[in-house]
Amino acid sequence: MIPANFEYHRPSSVDEAISLLTRYGDEGRLLAGGHSLIPLMKTRLAAPSHLIDIQAIDDLKQVGEAGGELTLGALVTQAELIASETVADTCPILREAALLIADPQVRYCGTVGGNVANGDPGNDMPALMMCLGARYALQGPDGEREVAARDYYEAAYFTAINEDEVLTEVRIPVPAAGHGYAYSKMKRKVGDYATAATAVVLTLKGGKCASASIALTNVGQTPLFAEAAGQALVGSAVDGKAIAAAVAAAEQIADPVSDMRGPPDFRRHVAGVMTQRAIETALSRAKGG
Amino acid sequence: MAKMHIEMTVNGRSVDGLAEPRMLLIHFLRERLGLTGAHIGCETSHCGACTVDLNGQSVKSCTVFVAQANGAEVSTIEGMAPAGELHAIQEGFTQEHGLQCGFCTPGMIMRTYRLLQENPDPTEEEIRVGLSGNICRCTGYQNIVKAVRYAAEKMNAAKEAAE
Ligand SMILES: Cc1cc2nc3c(=O)[nH]c(=O)nc-3n(C[C@H](O)[C@H](O)[C@H](O)COP(=O)(O)OP(=O)(O)OC[C@H]3O[C@@H](n4cnc5c(N)ncnc54)[C@H](O)[C@@H]3O)c2cc1C
Ligand code: FES
Ligand code: FES
Repeated sequence: MIPANFEYHRPSSVDEAISLLTRYGDEGRLLAGGHSLIPLMKTRLAAPSHLIDIQAIDDLKQVGEAGGELTLGALVTQAELIASETVADTCPILREAALLIADPQVRYCGTVGGNVANGDPGNDMPALMMCLGARYALQGPDGEREVAARDYYEAAYFTAINEDEVLTEVRIPVPAAGHGYAYSKMKRKVGDYATAATAVVLTLKGGKCASASIALTNVGQTPLFAEAAGQALVGSAVDGKAIAAAVAAAEQIADPVSDMRGPPDFRRHVAGVMTQRAIETALSRAKGG
Repeated sequence: MAKMHIEMTVNGRSVDGLAEPRMLLIHFLRERLGLTGAHIGCETSHCGACTVDLNGQSVKSCTVFVAQANGAEVSTIEGMAPAGELHAIQEGFTQEHGLQCGFCTPGMIMRTYRLLQENPDPTEEEIRVGLSGNICRCTGYQNIVKAVRYAAEKMNAAKEAAE
């Protein structure tokens, strides 16, 4: 398990990282926590000749909240996300999902930026970010642009980022106070990627669902924003009939491949079960205040 | 490609050497420094046998390039009993039969060390979750949980006595 050789760089600013990316083009690759990239390099599915380690860029390590927006620097780790009071207070679904990723050792290393930028449909944060309506800040030689999480994923490992860009920050509109949320994930064991998982955020007004957002992990080439599933709940009392309609809409867009987690029909079924559980949990949390 | 000059502090001692940046931290520790306590179980980031402490966090040293650890502080199982007397965690594992073949034990102990730094009085569930990245094929985990509780109690009693 020896990866191909590479030259190692450790820039101390985003600008320096961008100029290295610009210089090395498709020979260069960013390294954050390394817990997706290093396994790929060991099996030589990736063999960058220049590795640009961004661990020393302190500007990318902040969690902030202002004006109804939660900002997560790209290098915030899953462990920091779990420990953050700001995250727990404003957007607790992030903590719930982070706790379902891998194990403690991996979570000390794995970063938010690496998880969302990676483009592996097995990663848990991307569907979550679609559910939350997050935007990614991408910085390149010509400055910054924003891409919505819902527009970012094109196919497995293909995303909207350019070769010379760094994802610097994830920007999340803070969900309304009293919202209900849940991330339900079926996995075979600790450290496994999802057989299927569903993120749900919803709000109630006068006993009726005022808004609902649903997204699915690892049941397609990309994470999936299940718009119709969310719409099936809006305006309803989130009763059995509405939930069944949402589950059917989620199953309809799920298009999983067959892998060691099971054949497509089974995984599509699990996506439905996870969707139902996540809606029920989110509903009871919204009712509980 | 050029080798890199690597410097780090391992178990309180400054070490340096030349290495290809792609060398994994576990290989540097075992092959360059002769610290063979941390084991290679899977080499695929799953088993936790290679767990060491890196800048105050437990990491799987098979999933860290030595270049990333350049300048870091590392602790391994060899650093746990510098005076020749067992650390409370090591004592717990022996007293509570927390090991059989011992292959997972260096990783278990290093992970337990960091867990108890962060949470000095963990419940059984917190121990199981805290050690969920470390696999043991022998013990069935019951006695590992007891060993961690033993160590926590001993370390907390020592702390109280010192206060
Ligand atoms: C045993 C194991 C189990 C795991 N289980 C899960 C799981 O259940 N769910 C899950 O979601 N993840 C899981 N992971 C993956 C883990 O969460 C990764 O750490 C994470 O996906 C990637 O984060 P990273 O910081 O390690 O990124 P890296 O591995 O460093 O990078 C991943 C990719 O993103 C790119 N990249 C990194 N940062 C940036 C940036 N700021 N801008 C642009 N591109 C960037 C890199 O170039 C690379 O292509 C698991 C990993 C292991 C080893
Ligand atoms: S050898 Fe590193 S996790 Fe198994
Ligand atoms: S004691 Fe044998 S693997 Fe744990």
